Amino acid sequence: MIPLSWYLFLSAALFSVGVFGVLARRNAVAILLAIELMLNAVNINLVAFWRYLTPTQMSGQVFAIIVLAVAAAEVAVGLALVISVYRRRQTAVADELDLLKW
Amino acid sequence: MTLAQIFFLLVALVMLFSALKVVTVRNLIHAALWLVVTLFGVAVLFAMLDAGFLAVVQVMVYIGAIAILFIFAVMLTRRDASEQGAPLNPNWPVSALIALVTFGGLAWLLRAWQGLPESAAALPAGVDALRALGEALVSPQAFALPFEVASVLLVAALVGAVYVAYGRK
Repeated sequence: MIPLSWYLFLSAALFSVGVFGVLARRNAVAILLAIELMLNAVNINLVAFWRYLTPTQMSGQVFAIIVLAVAAAEVAVGLALVISVYRRRQTAVADELDLLKW
Repeated sequence: MTLAQIFFLLVALVMLFSALKVVTVRNLIHAALWLVVTLFGVAVLFAMLDAGFLAVVQVMVYIGAIAILFIFAVMLTRRDASEQGAPLNPNWPVSALIALVTFGGLAWLLRAWQGLPESAAALPAGVDALRALGEALVSPQAFALPFEVASVLLVAALVGAVYVAYGRK
């Protein structure tokens, strides 16, 4: 049987890769891709805890489903913003969107 | 080491490799395709955790909808999708340090955490997990309200996305 901690370590690693992507990527779409990695790491945690600790209660899976719905909403709004910005500024690179920079 | 553990380690290696590819490759279409590999690994993990419904939803919603949406967005913002410019900004070593510190902190916390179960509790016999999940989602005693709030959020976000992305003449 696989120990619970293996799932938690994998999810921590996936989350850290996502953190790196969000901080280091230049393109806004790539930043959204990295955010998806972080959300999926959280989902692995939720489902693993559900299976190992409380398989009789459905809270873990329900939480995972709600995270999924929120992720879909976040991606739709984020990509709409990127496309809208691209239409006005002809760029999707986060560094070049410096209108609010002092 | 049992067969399940070897399989888990293989899936984990594939997932971490493809996740690193997602955050480093230059061509964004390739990054989106590597994300599909990672998401498929997550679906495999869900199946290994006896959450078959979530595995199917993961494949349908994440791989079928969200990844395709990403590829569309990459194509619509084509000019700097692949060619010019570095994929990472000049501060990336600091970002790598922050990510490493995050992982180190989480790993330290997990190592110090006593009493994590080595093996899963047996699934209760005679209970259909999928049926229980469906009942939990619509029962007023359980999660009917959060479920409805999530659907309202999704509708509002999608209407807002259409409004934001709509090209005015």
